[in-house]
Amino acid sequence: MVKPRMEVELAGLRLQNPVMPASGTFGFGEEYEGYLDLNSLGAIVTKSVTLEPTPGNPPPRVAETPAGLLNSIGLQNPGLEVFLREKMPFLRQLRPPVIVNIAGRTLEEYVELARRLDGVDGVAALEVNISCPNVKEGGLAFGSSPEQAARLIRAVRRVTTLPIIAKLSPNVTDVVAVAKGVEAAGADAVSLINTLQGMAVDLERRRPVLGNISGGLSGPAVKPVALYCVWRVAREVMIPVIGMGGIMTATDALEFLLAGARAVAVGTANLVNPRAMAEIIAGLEAYLLQHNIEDVNQIIGALEV
Amino acid sequence: MSSLWQGEVVANTAVGPDIYHLRLRTALPGPRPGQFVHLRCGSSWDPLLRRPLSIHDYNPARQELELLYQVVGRGTAWLAGRRPGDFLDGLGPLGRGFTLPPGPRVALVAGGLGIAPLFFLARVAAAGGYQVTLYVGARSRDGLLRLETLQGLAVEVQRATDDGSAGFAGPVTSLLARHLEYKQYDGIFACGPRAMLAEVAKLAGQRGIPAEVSLEERMACGLGACRGCVVALYGEDGSIAYENVCSAGPVFPAEKIVW
Ligand SMILES: Cc1cc2nc3c(=O)[nH]c(=O)nc-3n(C[C@H](O)[C@H](O)[C@H](O)COP(=O)(O)OP(=O)(O)OC[C@H]3O[C@@H](n4cnc5c(N)ncnc54)[C@H](O)[C@@H]3O)c2cc1C
Ligand SMILES: Cc1cc2nc3c(=O)[nH]c(=O)nc-3n(C[C@H](O)[C@H](O)[C@H](O)COP(=O)(O)O)c2cc1C
Repeated sequence: MVKPRMEVELAGLRLQNPVMPASGTFGFGEEYEGYLDLNSLGAIVTKSVTLEPTPGNPPPRVAETPAGLLNSIGLQNPGLEVFLREKMPFLRQLRPPVIVNIAGRTLEEYVELARRLDGVDGVAALEVNISCPNVKEGGLAFGSSPEQAARLIRAVRRVTTLPIIAKLSPNVTDVVAVAKGVEAAGADAVSLINTLQGMAVDLERRRPVLGNISGGLSGPAVKPVALYCVWRVAREVMIPVIGMGGIMTATDALEFLLAGARAVAVGTANLVNPRAMAEIIAGLEAYLLQHNIEDVNQIIGALEV
Repeated sequence: MSSLWQGEVVANTAVGPDIYHLRLRTALPGPRPGQFVHLRCGSSWDPLLRRPLSIHDYNPARQELELLYQVVGRGTAWLAGRRPGDFLDGLGPLGRGFTLPPGPRVALVAGGLGIAPLFFLARVAAAGGYQVTLYVGARSRDGLLRLETLQGLAVEVQRATDDGSAGFAGPVTSLLARHLEYKQYDGIFACGPRAMLAEVAKLAGQRGIPAEVSLEERMACGLGACRGCVVALYGEDGSIAYENVCSAGPVFPAEKIVW
């Protein structure tokens, strides 16, 4: 039996397989080097990078919920300059395309980030985070209306030739409308879902568990919500969808591909099992082999309804 | 290099009220006192995250890892149900451990379960020729854990209990404060409740004795990637920044911590 073809094409990028990390759960790659072969991934996606260093939110920043995780990291990252100087040299020597996730407090900051990343050696695409629930300014504010989202993506589109992936929130009235908005504004792909807003209460202390009061929910608990968002969006837009939300195993990944995701991102699973993506890639291959499917593209969007 | 392993349970025995001593067979690459392992505590996605536990001891010849833990919730309750022959999914050793000073006299200060990593440190320091005084505090005598095991080692043990059922009656930090009136130490190492650590930091600071403390925070990845388990620390220039407990710690110089 020949090995199945795992390659997918996404926003002009050729991915050797459809599996990549979800932003913020994989640091800048190097943290996981001892656990899996970074060169075996479909792509690398960085933690959100902001223009200036971002200190992040006060602890506690994580709370476990039934089969889920609430986080309120608050985009802690060293800022663009340090990212370019200290993180890019490592990232650019890797084989998979490097997707840099960017987040701003204002439209101008997103534009400035995109402008300064355009043409940087080793940066293959931008993922524009317009869906972070854990920051006071920017983030979700741009992702919650189709008009705002489109305006932001249009502005970013003007200053970069890099493929743009708009990262969408499930915390909206109509995720399809937002997806169509960013598609019309020039996004080359969409990724979804970012975390769902939530909170946890410490009964003993009569206080929220998280220092930031609320956080974003991820992990197995959100998978049905994520699958539904991905399925709906994939049917309604022409640009490819990167599906994520609760993918822990190859079975989960396959469900997202069937629902129409061209690729999948793995987030919370990395925090539980640092080898999760390696196991998911192997599991995908095994499934295709077992079912005599020659090319992974044959199952993308193949859900029968 | 840190690693992912399956460790076989050799023994998992109650040694105090809701407190267990777990022995696991696994080959760890040179664990140091103060480092921790990150254990799956369940076989489904609920509970989801690993649980961090300090390395209580490690025997390289037998490839045996020892942990000391208290049942406080679902994960540790599951752990208490493991039997010899069961396998546990672990990650580690992780984090930065204690750094012994150039001088020979060290004080180790444990509050409650804080004895978990300090036991390992006491053994390593004693073996390395240090003069070790171990101050252990607990609510009452049945919370003074596994001290009999230290017999035969060159470790001086000083006990304190809140109810006076063993040793000094009062907080272990009060006992330490009294001793610091006349005893000299080249380094102090502490693990326990945050208020106790803050007190140790103050006592050490007043006397100019370098001190290191082991901190806890709610933790996710354990690898420094997600930035979930941060604590506020002073930087070189006095500015405050959030650092990961899992990768920059769990052991930190006491004077760097924003209490
Ligand atoms: C580096 C490190 C080393 C540790 N070493 C040890 C050890 O050697 N022995 C030991 O017994 N424990 C140790 N702990 C604490 C241990 O990890 C927690 O007690 C354990 O994760 C609780 O899991 P659980 O599922 O039983 O409880 P959960 O159901 O998760 O929680 C039970 C209760 O404890 C609280 N809680 C849980 N984790 C924390 C935390 N990190 N900080 C504050 N409150 C918390 C919860 O809010 C809840 O009230 C260590 C923690 C860290 C960060
Ligand atoms: C700890 C943590 C940090 C995250 N940080 C970011 C981030 O910086 N930027 C971003 O776009 N998404 C971030 N996310 C969201 C994830 O990329 C992903 O969209 C979400 O967690 C759903 O996938 P999952 O269930 O597989 O984790 C973060 C998620 C977690 C759990």
